[in-house]
Amino acid sequence: MIAGLYIKGNSALHRAQAGAKILAMVALGTGVFLIPDWPVVGLVLISVIALYRVCGFGWPVLAAQIKPVAWLLAIFFAVQLWLNDWQAGLLVITRIAAIVMFASLVTLTTKTSDMLASLERAMRPLKPVGVNPEKVSLAISMVLRFIPVIATVASEIRDAQRARGLDRSILAMIVPLIIRTLKMADDVADAIEARSFD
Amino acid sequence: MIRFENVSVQFDARRALEGIDITLGEKRIGIIGANGSGKSTFVRLLNGLQTATGGRVLVDDLDPAKDGRKVRRHVGFVFQNPDNQIVYPVVEEDLAFGLKALKLPKDEINRRIDEILARYDLSAFKTHPSHLLSGGQKQLLAISGVLVMEPRYIVLDEPTTLLDLRNRNRVERAIADLDQTVITVSHDLDLIAGYDRVLVFENGKIVVDDIPAKAIAIYREMMA
Repeated sequence: MIAGLYIKGNSALHRAQAGAKILAMVALGTGVFLIPDWPVVGLVLISVIALYRVCGFGWPVLAAQIKPVAWLLAIFFAVQLWLNDWQAGLLVITRIAAIVMFASLVTLTTKTSDMLASLERAMRPLKPVGVNPEKVSLAISMVLRFIPVIATVASEIRDAQRARGLDRSILAMIVPLIIRTLKMADDVADAIEARSFD
Repeated sequence: MIRFENVSVQFDARRALEGIDITLGEKRIGIIGANGSGKSTFVRLLNGLQTATGGRVLVDDLDPAKDGRKVRRHVGFVFQNPDNQIVYPVVEEDLAFGLKALKLPKDEINRRIDEILARYDLSAFKTHPSHLLSGGQKQLLAISGVLVMEPRYIVLDEPTTLLDLRNRNRVERAIADLDQTVITVSHDLDLIAGYDRVLVFENGKIVVDDIPAKAIAIYREMMA
C-alpha cells in the first residue's frame, strides 16, 4: 500500500532534504530516458540497489518494492522482444526498474509530512495565481490516507454482495461504494473543519 | 459555560431541533435519544458545524455561527468513526495537523505530540501508518488529535459505537481522565451512567433533563 512506506533510519539519504530527493528522482527519471544503452542504465539500476544497502534496507524490503511491478516488466520485455530484440527489452525494463526502485527508496527514507512540506514550499510562488499550497498538500495527504480506507470499504461491500450472491454484479459493487465514499467525504470535511483548518 | 437560547434547526421540511433553551455548566454531560431525535444536530451547533435557523448558541459568550474559527479552538469534536477523522497517513503527522492550523512553533508541536502519545501508550506507534492501528487505537488517536489542541470542551459523538468491549473500556477510561468539560452523545448508556447530567432528546426536543440514574431509567421506559 502507498501510505506509510517510510522506514525510520539514520542514513545520509534519510537525513537529506526531501526537496533534494524529489529533484534527484525527477533527474533520474529523465536521465535514464536519455541514455540509449541498456548496460549503462543497468549500472544506474545497480547503483540504486546499492543505495538500498547503504540506507540499511535488506533484500526483503528491496524485493517488496519491485514485486508489484514485476509482471508489468515481464510484459514490457515480451512486447519489446516481439517488436524489436532482447536488448531493447532490457533497456525498457532496466529504465522502469531504476525509476520505480529509486522512487520507492525516496518514499522509504522520507516522511510524508516532509515531502508535503517541500511540495508546499515549491508551490508558494504560485500563490499569486490562486494556488493554495496548504490545500494542495492536504489533498495529497488525504489521497494517501484514504486509499487503504476505501480499499477496506470496497472489500466489505464485495463480501456483503458475495453473501447475497451478487458477486458478478458491477453495479452492486459500484453504487454502494460511491454512496459510502460520498458520505465519508462529508464526514471528513466536517472533521477537517472541526480541527480548525480553514 | 454553554448557553442555548430558544434554538431551532430546520432542514427543508423537517424540524431537527425546536425551542431548545438550556445552560450547560457541568463537567460531564450525556446526550441520549433515538436515531433522528436531534442529539447530533444539537452537539454540532457547539462548534459551528451546524448553524441554528432560530435563536442562538453561546460558548463562553462566543457565537459559533459568527465566530466559528475561535470557537473551534475551544471545542474539540470526536466523531463516531475515527477513520473519517484521521486525515494524515502517519500517526504523528495526523496529530500535527490541527497544531499546524494553530500556527504553533515546531518545538511546541513536537512536545505536545510526544506528551499525548505517551498518555495513551501510543508512543511506539508515532511513525506508524494510521490505517494499520486497531479500532481502539484509532479512536484514541482521534481523541488525541483533538486533545493536543488543548480545547476547553470536548464533544464526543458516539465514540464507542464501533468498538469491541476492551477498546470501549479503554476509551471510557480515557474520557474519565479528561480535565475538560465533556459532552457525549451515546447509545452506550453505561458510558454516561457516571456523568453529572443527562439530556434525553425526542423529536427535536429535550424531554428529560436529570441526573443519569433518573434520565436513563425514563429513557429505557420510553424505548420499551
